[in-house]
Amino acid sequence: MFENEKNSRLKFLKLSLVLGGTVAAGSLGFKRLLTKEEALKDAPICGGAYGANTMVFTTDGKVYKADPSKLHEVKMPPVSNDEARKGIPGKKFVMVIDLAKCDGCKKCTEACQAMHYTESEREWIKVFKMKGSKDTAPYYFPKPCFHCDNPPCTKVCPVNATFKRQDGIVLIDNERCIGCRSCMVACPYSTRFFNWSHPEQTPEVANAVYSPEQSYPRRMGTVEKCDFCPDMLRQGKMPACVTGCPMDVIYMGDQNEDAVTNGSGVTVKLSQLLEDNAAYRHLEELGTDPRVYYLPPKNRKYPTPSLNEKSGEGIEKKIKMDDMKM
Amino acid sequence: MIDSETKDLNNEIETLREDCLRPTRRWSTITILWVTFLVLVAGWGLGVYIYQLRHGLGVTAMRNYVSWGLYISTFVFFIGISHSGTLVSAILRITKQEWRRPITRSAELLTFVSLLFGGIMPIIDLGRPDRILNLVVHGRIQSPLIWDVICIMTYFTGSTVFLFLPMIPDLALCRDRLTDTKSLFGKFKKWLYTTLAMGWHGSSEQWHMLEKCMKIMTIIIIPIAVSVHTVVSYIFAMTLRAGWDSTVFGPYFVAGALYSGSAGVILGMAAFRKLYHLEKYITPRHFNLMGQIVLALTLIYAYLNLNEYWIPAYKMATTEGALLGDLFWGPYSKVFWVLQFGTVLLPIFVMSLPVGRKILPLSITCIIIVIGAWVKRYIIVVPTLLHPFMPIQEVPADWATYFPNWVEWSVTMACLAGIFLVITLFSKLFPMMAVWEVAEGIELDRDKKNAFELRKKREDGLLKNEGVATSKI
Ligand code: SF4
Ligand code: SF4
Ligand code: SF4
Repeated sequence: MFENEKNSRLKFLKLSLVLGGTVAAGSLGFKRLLTKEEALKDAPICGGAYGANTMVFTTDGKVYKADPSKLHEVKMPPVSNDEARKGIPGKKFVMVIDLAKCDGCKKCTEACQAMHYTESEREWIKVFKMKGSKDTAPYYFPKPCFHCDNPPCTKVCPVNATFKRQDGIVLIDNERCIGCRSCMVACPYSTRFFNWSHPEQTPEVANAVYSPEQSYPRRMGTVEKCDFCPDMLRQGKMPACVTGCPMDVIYMGDQNEDAVTNGSGVTVKLSQLLEDNAAYRHLEELGTDPRVYYLPPKNRKYPTPSLNEKSGEGIEKKIKMDDMKM
Repeated sequence: MIDSETKDLNNEIETLREDCLRPTRRWSTITILWVTFLVLVAGWGLGVYIYQLRHGLGVTAMRNYVSWGLYISTFVFFIGISHSGTLVSAILRITKQEWRRPITRSAELLTFVSLLFGGIMPIIDLGRPDRILNLVVHGRIQSPLIWDVICIMTYFTGSTVFLFLPMIPDLALCRDRLTDTKSLFGKFKKWLYTTLAMGWHGSSEQWHMLEKCMKIMTIIIIPIAVSVHTVVSYIFAMTLRAGWDSTVFGPYFVAGALYSGSAGVILGMAAFRKLYHLEKYITPRHFNLMGQIVLALTLIYAYLNLNEYWIPAYKMATTEGALLGDLFWGPYSKVFWVLQFGTVLLPIFVMSLPVGRKILPLSITCIIIVIGAWVKRYIIVVPTLLHPFMPIQEVPADWATYFPNWVEWSVTMACLAGIFLVITLFSKLFPMMAVWEVAEGIELDRDKKNAFELRKKREDGLLKNEGVATSKI
């Protein structure tokens, strides 16, 4: 029933031999996408090919002989599970979304889905069409997880499978989650998704070594959500949605440094940005203390969103059941 | 004269014992058919559950918005039904209500069984039941779900003890009066009774112990019972969701549980009375009194219900307002108003008339109340989940609606069948009335009558004496 997971674990323990080169690559800042060819090329460093077999290092430092054709390449997570629970030392991640620039193209969603191998209807960052009331202006509203500082979702988790890290990020450990979905009903922003059935993933993704920092491989019966791409942040890179946005809408940065950077690499002072644009946080009154700030959609640089389509017609919070059936 | 009275008393108690033991002696064809039917329903549900385990909760109608559905609603309902039995029995014991005697056993049994299956429902709802031990290994006391686990397990243990303790003398009776000891089933019964009776032989020391234990249990079970449904409400009330974010949820759920649970107790009484011919013991008087209890509880529930809806309805805040719109005049309005009028106000009206507390009308009212309570749980759980703070936009059609599908119905009905099955089997093995308690009641009655007569005689004598005295003066 759940053998997928067991297999991949077993593979990790027994057969997930991190090819010799991985060790070297690891010390060089370590890309987790190491191709088999690359790895095998590097293998001789630690003993070399021996007949049909090759010598491989395991994570515990032992050397094994194995048939290269039988070896699976394993995607390694950036850090151990324990490390992933603590977060990146000294950081306090924060996101700013400039609604004045968002034209609703959904490239952010697509980039996110590509990075996390997500299926198309599961939008970790979802672009809403918003309209406060009949006479107020419509605008696009990209919404990731807010990584709340007072997160209702982590509070209710019975097994500490979803947790808040010291760097502000809220993650899920899908090797611990029991699938009770308390966190889903507790999140006021509909941020979380459940793996209702066996996830469809390529063998490559399915065999990756799991880390809460990269959120895959997915497992049936567990939750997932936007993770702020901590694996990228660890490498000093920007999350997928930030780099994917052609309009430079999304800024990501470190509150401790008081700096945020957008997709084009422009870095600005966070406090100044928030001050100048009268930034706000969505549904502040709920007291969840989001780590995502919005700049109001003033002087929009794109055509006003049309809300004539059936699904968008319902003004925010007033969608009728019939509309939703589409 | 005293001798003939004792004989009378012995006869009466003897008849009582036989009346209570009779159902355990023989399986009628109807019983066998009924049990077969229940086993089939439960077996089918078990098969469907295995299918669900294999393919994931995706085989149910639940999706990302409505991520809790029929299973969790039924969980709340079953726990609610379980609430009353033990509590009513404990309260009646503590207040020394003599009329409780014939009905405590079935009330306590109802608690035991519905708690058993109520506890199973959230496990059925888990995405990863194989990891259930994480609740112990990684359990976080801050989570309302852990409060539920703790309270329900405590209540289950408590009410099992509470059911079992007063059964011990009856188990000894079963053991001593077992007629069929030849067949395999007979041997099993002998073993069962002997083990469970734990060497009871009715010494005064044992009686003393039993009474003491009962007293302690009666007192501690009441706060535990109240805690259970309070924390069940907390898994909803501790969120920020429109419709759940309410300070009245704890007492509201407790009242709802008591009202539906006591109705369940009446249904149990009515069923056993009829099926096992206990008309002599469970009388219209019992129904009248239980009816009054349910009436009082329904009034409390109606009051809390009013608070729960009227206060937000006066304000009609954005998301909550949209939710209430759905309930008051939207897609759920028909169900909502039928629930409010049909299962709350109508029962109040019926039960406040003495004729409404007669056995038949009261039983019908209670069926309505119990079904209504179930639907009400669904109406509390599902519409709220369809009213998140973010609009529901451009999602697959099945995410934005919910109605339980065949998988959920099969599994849920299997649990319901399980409840009936355990009750039926229980009633075929053990007496459905606390024999010794009823006997004690008969004795007390007799004593009272004797005492009354004695007093009357004495008073007569006194009067005579006084008469003499006055005349002397
Ligand atoms: S947005 Fe939702 S999932 Fe994300 S941290 Fe806040 S409550 Fe949790
Ligand atoms: S679904 Fe998983 S992460 Fe969410 S509350 Fe339950 S155990 Fe925790
Ligand atoms: S990619 Fe940028 S512009 Fe396009 S929807 Fe996302 S945030 Fe808006």
